[in-house]
Amino acid sequence: MSKQRIVIIGNGMVGHRFIEFLVGSEKSDDFEVITFCEEPRYAYDRVHLSAFFSGSTAEDLSLVEDGFYEQHGVTVHLNDKAISIDRDNNTVKSAQGLEVSYDKLILATGSYPFVPPVPGKDRKGCFVYRTIEDLEGMTAAGAKGKVGAVVGGGLLGLEAAKALKDMGLETHVIEFAPRLMAVQVDEGGGAILRNKIEEIGVRVHTSKNTVNITDGNSTINRMEFEDGESLETDLIVFSAGIRPRDELARDCGLDVGSRGGIEINNQCQTSDPDIYAIGECALWNNQIFGLVAPGYSMAQVAVDHLQGKQESFTGADMSTKLKLMGVDVASFGDALGITTGCRNYTYIDEPTGIYKKLVVSHDGEHLLGGILIGEADAYGNLLQMMLNDMELPEHPDVLILPDRDGSAVGLGVDALPDSAVICSCNNVTKGDLNAAVQAGCTTVGALKSETNAGTGCGGCVALMTQVMNAEMENMGMEVNTDLCEHFPYTRQDLYNLIRVEEIKSFEELIEKHGTGRGCDICKPTVGSILASCWNDYVLEKPHAGLQDTNDRYLGNMQKDGTYSVIPRIAGGEITPEKLTILGNIGSKYGLYTKITGGQRIDFFGARLDQLPDIWEELIDAGFESGHAYAKSLRTVKSCVGSTWCRYGVDDSVGLAIELENRYKGLRAPHKIKFAVSGCTRECAEAQSKDIGVIATENGWNLYVCGNGGMKPRHADLFASDLDKETLIKYIDRVLMFYVRTGDRLQRTSTWMENMEGGLEYLQQVVIDDKLGLCDQLEEEMSHIVDTYQCEWKTTIEDPEKVKRFRHFINSDKEDNNVVFVQERDQIRPATEEEKIEFRKVG
Amino acid sequence: MNAVVEKINSEDWIEICALDDLIINDGVCALVGDDQVAIFRTGRGDEVYAISNFDPIGKASVLSRGIVGDLNGRPVVASPLYKQHFDLETGACLEDESETVKTYETRITKSGMIEVKNS
Ligand code: SRM
Ligand SMILES: Cc1cc2nc3c(=O)[nH]c(=O)nc-3n(C[C@H](O)[C@H](O)[C@H](O)COP(=O)(O)OP(=O)(O)OC[C@H]3O[C@@H](n4cnc5c(N)ncnc54)[C@H](O)[C@@H]3O)c2cc1C
Ligand code: SF4
Ligand code: FES
Repeated sequence: MSKQRIVIIGNGMVGHRFIEFLVGSEKSDDFEVITFCEEPRYAYDRVHLSAFFSGSTAEDLSLVEDGFYEQHGVTVHLNDKAISIDRDNNTVKSAQGLEVSYDKLILATGSYPFVPPVPGKDRKGCFVYRTIEDLEGMTAAGAKGKVGAVVGGGLLGLEAAKALKDMGLETHVIEFAPRLMAVQVDEGGGAILRNKIEEIGVRVHTSKNTVNITDGNSTINRMEFEDGESLETDLIVFSAGIRPRDELARDCGLDVGSRGGIEINNQCQTSDPDIYAIGECALWNNQIFGLVAPGYSMAQVAVDHLQGKQESFTGADMSTKLKLMGVDVASFGDALGITTGCRNYTYIDEPTGIYKKLVVSHDGEHLLGGILIGEADAYGNLLQMMLNDMELPEHPDVLILPDRDGSAVGLGVDALPDSAVICSCNNVTKGDLNAAVQAGCTTVGALKSETNAGTGCGGCVALMTQVMNAEMENMGMEVNTDLCEHFPYTRQDLYNLIRVEEIKSFEELIEKHGTGRGCDICKPTVGSILASCWNDYVLEKPHAGLQDTNDRYLGNMQKDGTYSVIPRIAGGEITPEKLTILGNIGSKYGLYTKITGGQRIDFFGARLDQLPDIWEELIDAGFESGHAYAKSLRTVKSCVGSTWCRYGVDDSVGLAIELENRYKGLRAPHKIKFAVSGCTRECAEAQSKDIGVIATENGWNLYVCGNGGMKPRHADLFASDLDKETLIKYIDRVLMFYVRTGDRLQRTSTWMENMEGGLEYLQQVVIDDKLGLCDQLEEEMSHIVDTYQCEWKTTIEDPEKVKRFRHFINSDKEDNNVVFVQERDQIRPATEEEKIEFRKVG
Repeated sequence: MNAVVEKINSEDWIEICALDDLIINDGVCALVGDDQVAIFRTGRGDEVYAISNFDPIGKASVLSRGIVGDLNGRPVVASPLYKQHFDLETGACLEDESETVKTYETRITKSGMIEVKNS
């Protein structure tokens, strides 16, 4: 039997998902798959398009794994738009001149942004917000402009406004309706939402109708409104709704709706049974679905139908949560209360900016919908309550009233049926999650990669975690977070105990809160916390035995028991004179010498007994400890910056040195690396660092929680165009918050990955002072900065301490097990075989 | 384990240093005959252990620079190289049964000196 040829027009989110379902199905071998993709790249994650502005690349957003299409024999015509369908001969023609026949045709053409017919709408600086190319255009224009305006205050419009704001533009939102998010939010909620949006620095103009766009005086454009007012702006982004792309269908005579959209039946077939339509271009039951989850369901139904199965598409939940930093907004079900006889409960807290509303059935038994603004934690639970038609408590208002005495009446996840869809983006039920937990997925990360849940909009992660924990409990599994057998606490708990009870030594802590004598897990952890809190000299007698050998001897132990010596070279800047001194010391002690990956110089092969002498010479010459051995600040790399570089916009070296000197010596859960670049060319690779700083025309952009190393992570853009004072304030807070809450040996990247609420939460804590901690964090940091000491200087000044660096306590002999051979004109440790040779000779 | 005894003049026992020269829960290395011996003063400071300083897994003389503590009630030192634990009483490696390091008897004399038996 020859294969059935399936042609898909549109390689967007839904078109790609359709192909995934098809090639993953039982009868995949029966089909030959061809797809037309108008865009210059394979399908990507449009839902997270805005992440493009915070550093995600087109590659990061791609939905198609390398080699996926090749592996499954899928033919993709990239950059080629289908231009006509011939239904008599079952063929499709493309812009590049291809003509392809089909057995079944799938339309997955998505939608296009609607641009109101305002004169001047095509002027320079005008954009829509739909594709990576749109965003590239905005970035380029934004770099030159000062002001941006978004036309449309819906979900997408607000997302676009946030993006403009992050680009450093003065940002305005122009909404035709009298309130923001008019479809999802009622009047009361709209007022609170407006405050929230204005708080993040975006100016909101409602009831404004744009009638003309023309030359601006100080900017590229001027928008003129019906009421006679006007706004000077460089960029204009239209986000006034979407329209289905049904032009191909119209041209070949398929039925389309009166307001657009390709009509489909429950099996996603159009009026021609050989042609299906799925995703945003499809009109089902007179409804268009502008979300990705319903599109995915349609893709599944269409694939099933092609294989002879009769699944049906039966509509979809249109609940939404705004993915916007610092603004919690969720709306679900009949949010506006249009069901006849329904009744409302509302809770408004104006001072804090919280608005919550529940819409319940006339008998008060079932939840029909709701709105949550300012605090949307309950979204997942309430949505489930509605979707599963669960019975409401006697007084439904307890579900939205603040929980002041801790007696919250939530709904336990146990009450949910197995069929409850927890992740609607990927259609994952509670039953699916439980099965995965039983199969061994006991972390959110594992659960995500096993089931895909939580990898779409991310709105379900909190609920997903609850389901996981509940199932683990049901299975009798304990989520053991104890640090080790000596302390039934996490690192964070110990940190709090040490701070609050002002505990100053390991002995005191283990006496009060632990058992036994400690081990190589808890001792260095506690040693590090004590240093973070009180900043005592780490080799003070009670602390000495807590330190890992690297901290104990202030150098990194190498494979043969010798140590490395890395003096600090702040920002990588060094005078020729100092470089010469280093050269002399290296040759005097015969040390192997190399430039490190951290822009400084490393000596290797120093025996324990040589360390104090070497360091004495270094300190005399003005060097200090580089803390390469410690879980603390390592290096602040720099590029040469504006002083010399013809593109530099600020003094990156100067700032790098200042930052390195400020944070040197700070002990943390793991090492911390910084870099500062003088312009967006980013020669210092700041976006791969725990803290990255990049100069802009208007100040400094701060990036956080990047990582090179084993699992590279791009840093997140945390705040833009900061003056130096604010920059340092934010870094102080971020670092101290990490010191407080990080796990043992957790770099900032994994800390961020595991942080509930993620970047947004960290921004709330650090920028908006959500926890009221900022003053304290800054105070703690200033204590550390004020009490800095070079540990090597303190050590060599005390003969008692120096004594501890002898190899033998009862002899001046050297360790005869340390043997070097020569390689490329320098020493290296001898191999075991070479050592045997050496002993025979010696 | 050590015992407090009169200093007897035997060739087998080698005086190393004063007990007070050791920091509690910190190790030192001593030369005993031709052997490198790691000596630890642990607990509240009343226990002294001695084992070979050579880490048979990392193949370097470093055990005196490990962190001491206890695991399941056994006194141990963790190698600073790859973190395997060695039982201070028996020399057994907890992670790898095939590896054991030599242990040495210790005692503290009345005048407060540590002695290790050269065996
Ligand atoms: C010396 C150096 C390599 C070199 O010759 O260039 C080096 C050497 C070591 N690195 Fe590194 N790393 C060095 C730069 C880096 C860099 C590059 C950088 O800093 O820009 C990275 C990637 C950036 C990053 O950390 O995000 C790097 C990622 C690692 C990792 C992986 C960390 C991670 O989060 O995945 C480890 C393992 C760990 O820390 O657990 C590590 C661990 C080590 C250790 C400590 C391994 C060990 O326990 O012996 C090495 C001993 C250092 C020593 O003896 O002084 N080193 N290491 C570099 C010292 C830089 C400095 O001046 O202080
Ligand atoms: C900024 C932004 C944020 C969003 N946030 C969310 C969210 O939080 N939650 C949510 O559920 N949804 C969100 N959405 C909506 C979501 O992205 C869409 O629902 C989803 O992409 C629809 O998938 P689709 O495949 O139908 O359309 P698309 O992804 O648009 O794919 C259609 C593809 O078909 C191509 N095409 C069209 N005509 C042709 C032709 N003739 N020949 C060849 N190719 C053609 C188009 O170029 C396009 O690549 C967001 C959208 C945007 C833009
Ligand atoms: S990042 Fe920019 S300023 Fe720095 S060296 Fe490179 S080009 Fe020059
Ligand atoms: S609901 Fe969107 S990721 Fe789960």
